[in-house]
Amino acid sequence: MKKVSIHITLKEGVLDPEGKAIEGSLATLGYEGVKEVRVGKLIEMYMDDAVDVKAEVEAMCQKLLANPVIENYTYDVEEGVVS
Amino acid sequence: MIVFPGSNCDRDMYHAAKDALGEEAELVWYQDSHLSGYDAILIPGGFSYGDYLRCGAIASTSKIVDSLKREAERGTPILGVCNGFQILLEAGLLPGALLRNEKLKFICHHETLVVKNNQTQFTSDYQMDEEISIPVAHGEGNYYCDDETLAQLKTNQQIVFTYKDNPNGSVADIAGIINEAGNVLGMMPHPERATETILGSMDGLKMFTSLVKNWRDSYVTNA
Amino acid sequence: MLQTHEISPEVIEKEKLYQEMGLTDEEYQSVKKILGRQPNYTETGIFSVMWSEHCSYKTSKPLLRKFPTEGPQVIQGPGEGAGIIDIGDDQGIVFKIESHNHPSAVEPYQGAATGVGGIIRDIFSMGARPIASLNSLRFGPLTSGRVKYLFEEVVHGISGYGNCVGVPTVGGEVQFDACYEGNPLVNAMAVGLIDRKDIQQGVAKGLGNTVLYVGSKTGRDGIHGATFASEDLTEDSENRRSNVQVGDPFMEKLLIEACLEAIHCDALVGMQDMGAAGLTSSASEMASKAGMGMEMNMNLIPQREANMTAYEMMLSESQERMLLVVEKGREQEIVDIFKKYSLEAVAVGKVTDDKQFRLIHHGEVVCDIPVDSLAEDAPVYYKPSKVPAYYEAFQQMKTYQPDVEDVAETFKQLLQQPTIASKEYVYDQYDSMVQANTVVSPGSDAAVIRIRDYDKAIAITTDCNSRYIYLDPETGGKIAVAEAARNIYASGAKPLAITDGLNFGNPDKPENFWQMEKSVEGMSAACLALDTPVISGNVSLYNESQGQAIFPTPIVGMVGLHAKTKDITTSHFKAAGDVILMIGEAKPEFAGSELQNILEHEYFGHAPSIDLDLERKRGDALLKAIQVGLVKSAHDVSEGGFSVAIAESLFNQPTLGATVDLSGDVNTVLFSETQSRYVISVDPADVAEVEALIEDATVIGHVTENGVLRVTVNKEAVITEPVQALETLWKGAIPCLLKSKA
Repeated sequence: MKKVSIHITLKEGVLDPEGKAIEGSLATLGYEGVKEVRVGKLIEMYMDDAVDVKAEVEAMCQKLLANPVIENYTYDVEEGVVS
Repeated sequence: MIVFPGSNCDRDMYHAAKDALGEEAELVWYQDSHLSGYDAILIPGGFSYGDYLRCGAIASTSKIVDSLKREAERGTPILGVCNGFQILLEAGLLPGALLRNEKLKFICHHETLVVKNNQTQFTSDYQMDEEISIPVAHGEGNYYCDDETLAQLKTNQQIVFTYKDNPNGSVADIAGIINEAGNVLGMMPHPERATETILGSMDGLKMFTSLVKNWRDSYVTNA
Repeated sequence: MLQTHEISPEVIEKEKLYQEMGLTDEEYQSVKKILGRQPNYTETGIFSVMWSEHCSYKTSKPLLRKFPTEGPQVIQGPGEGAGIIDIGDDQGIVFKIESHNHPSAVEPYQGAATGVGGIIRDIFSMGARPIASLNSLRFGPLTSGRVKYLFEEVVHGISGYGNCVGVPTVGGEVQFDACYEGNPLVNAMAVGLIDRKDIQQGVAKGLGNTVLYVGSKTGRDGIHGATFASEDLTEDSENRRSNVQVGDPFMEKLLIEACLEAIHCDALVGMQDMGAAGLTSSASEMASKAGMGMEMNMNLIPQREANMTAYEMMLSESQERMLLVVEKGREQEIVDIFKKYSLEAVAVGKVTDDKQFRLIHHGEVVCDIPVDSLAEDAPVYYKPSKVPAYYEAFQQMKTYQPDVEDVAETFKQLLQQPTIASKEYVYDQYDSMVQANTVVSPGSDAAVIRIRDYDKAIAITTDCNSRYIYLDPETGGKIAVAEAARNIYASGAKPLAITDGLNFGNPDKPENFWQMEKSVEGMSAACLALDTPVISGNVSLYNESQGQAIFPTPIVGMVGLHAKTKDITTSHFKAAGDVILMIGEAKPEFAGSELQNILEHEYFGHAPSIDLDLERKRGDALLKAIQVGLVKSAHDVSEGGFSVAIAESLFNQPTLGATVDLSGDVNTVLFSETQSRYVISVDPADVAEVEALIEDATVIGHVTENGVLRVTVNKEAVITEPVQALETLWKGAIPCLLKSKA
């Protein structure tokens, strides 16, 4: 099996109020060196070895998992995983 | 009216059309893939698929949305409210996207909207720049689009409603937009909750009366 | 009865492991006697949850019997998932309140969310469409970081779940007092509308009929939630996070639609939700109520995790699950309905006639218990009761007289007290309008929901001033019911019935038990006097932290009926020139008041007095005047006294003001919390008629158009403030406290 981890983040320039809130709250906790907090999503899945991971994951992201208007995505593949 | 799993304003919309307007209406479950033969299609609000992943994203991949796209192309009037608007955006029938409200909280109250385009088949009963009171109820109603799209929306007069006092951080105070062809309108506020005096406002009714009047006119002209 | 992987019955007895599950030595011995042998691990667990306070009311039962529960308006009293009252036209209103205090203290978002989900399931499992929900919340002072976090997340959880499930959250109340600092209260009330012919019962009738499991799969979440809810909160509770269930409002929405479709299929015999004690209580109660037995195969239970034991499955409190009993041979009809909503309905067992509750797992019998013993043989305890020393001391005190230096400043301070200040921050996050039936949204005295297709509506409120109950449980108990009724009357409806959410401390302490006893007696007296029987309720005990009990907080959820929608009345003044009348007269009653809180930072003395006959008489007279069409606004006088009541009547009206002239002691007429009073406004032409109808109504001033609140006492001006400025203070108080750093 392959384990695929897809990271979805808001595009640069799109306001991320949740990130802003976390940033503010970290600052009140004393972490004032923290800048530009952005919140995203991590989607994990296992795929059969036979699957063309690149083609399928790209398509999934385009069609459903990410909204290209506001979101970017990247993914890592870990080979030879036992789910 | 298309009902997805998790839609929860379907009955409200139905009663607005049937009781307040006196028109025939039918609720269509999302698994029925045929949408032909209707004079207008309404997509109600709610939390389709629990708003999991992104609001409207999962619903926009269902089969009925293919049929919806065909109807949009044929020129059938389509109105998406709240989650219905989110679905129209996710389906690519309208440009842009909706983000979480700027203050990260769900908001529910009456908002004053300004009618910015009364030349559409959904808004012809309003005056230009008329101020109307319509409830909002959403957590992700913060409309976003890039500058280029915004410029286009402005040039083509696709911005139909704006907020007088922006409650969610939307670009250019946008509350509702229409497609270029003028038959697909999406908006966050709920006109169907403002069609009876007992509920506090009648200001939403004109959207439905506009729609019916324009349909009658075109039907009569074409006949 | 071989238990390969589990602790043996012998070890359970020898090492007293049953104590960890919540059974006392005595209770364990009765279980042994019932079974005629030692119970195994699963059986011990099943007895311990079914005999917990949460399921068996073993401590509160003797008290609950005191409540009046009958009346011509009652269709279904306590005993089923929720009670039902008659609103005419063959329609009923189903309602119930339930607590989710301990889960909310540990994980506030999910605790509150699943509280809402659970009570909504109680409503639709009766066959009713949920049409409204309300919340009664209590927190510590909004000054500590922890309390702010709890408050924000509880509200967020209610909003997250309630909005998604499509049931409008139309009201409730939030109060803040130091006693709730470590043990907040989260009580959720839900209301449903039903056609009488659709009423369902949770019964497993008919030998051989099939038991269907519907909804979410069973996981290990919330195991022993019912026992958890029946213990004190300790530091250790933080470590119990795994006890808290996670809610899925989307699943709940699908369940609502599917179940309400299923009730129209006559293959359905009975239906019950899996609430506290999950599968155990739903299955055993359904069998017991029908006088039957039940057998289930645990291997068939839909499971979310691998290798679950029967014990775990039976005690899991995974949310959004229902148990149905269906006529044998017609299962497919019901399965198809659920399939339409992408829900699985799985046959897991059958109804038997031997009155045994029998579970099979991997081919072995893992539980075989006389089913009635779970519900009916639960112990009943008559706890010792003792008058607390503090109460005796309060009774000896002279009447408390506040020392107010600056009347206008104190008035402004009152408006900013979190208990009085605007709760807009809270209710703006709730979808209060979905379903398009909400006539009066949060912010008035009672929420009002119209009944579609009929010219009638219902008024709903929750209320409980626990400060008075702490001072004097019996009087305070009366006031709790009376105050709820006042909200209903003021909205133009006739009070019909109540649901009670009883929240108390550890009943093993005789002083706490005395508080319970007396407050229930007080509530019962008020229910009789106001003709509002108790039709459902919930008991939450052991609300303590670090050995300190909360104030006794028996929350009253009340429903009333507007005979005509034209009777719907709100608390806001309507037009300049209208005449303002006060119903009732203030006495120097400040103990337990918000003023005492400001001045003394504690509560002591005699609770305000209450005359239930007078309460009823005034309420009925006001309602009569409303029905005749004479009253333009009505608002009850509660926390903060008259000054706050008149200010609230002016808020949210951009231009109106009021000029009022009173006489008497300044503090008393402005700040006393004397009961059974209202502020109303009427058209000048109707004053004489209103005075004739309502004996104790006196003209005190009129509504103006200058946007200023001007109050004179004995002809001397004491308050002259722009309404806008007051409103800003009132609305800004809670957001301001939340923003300030702890």
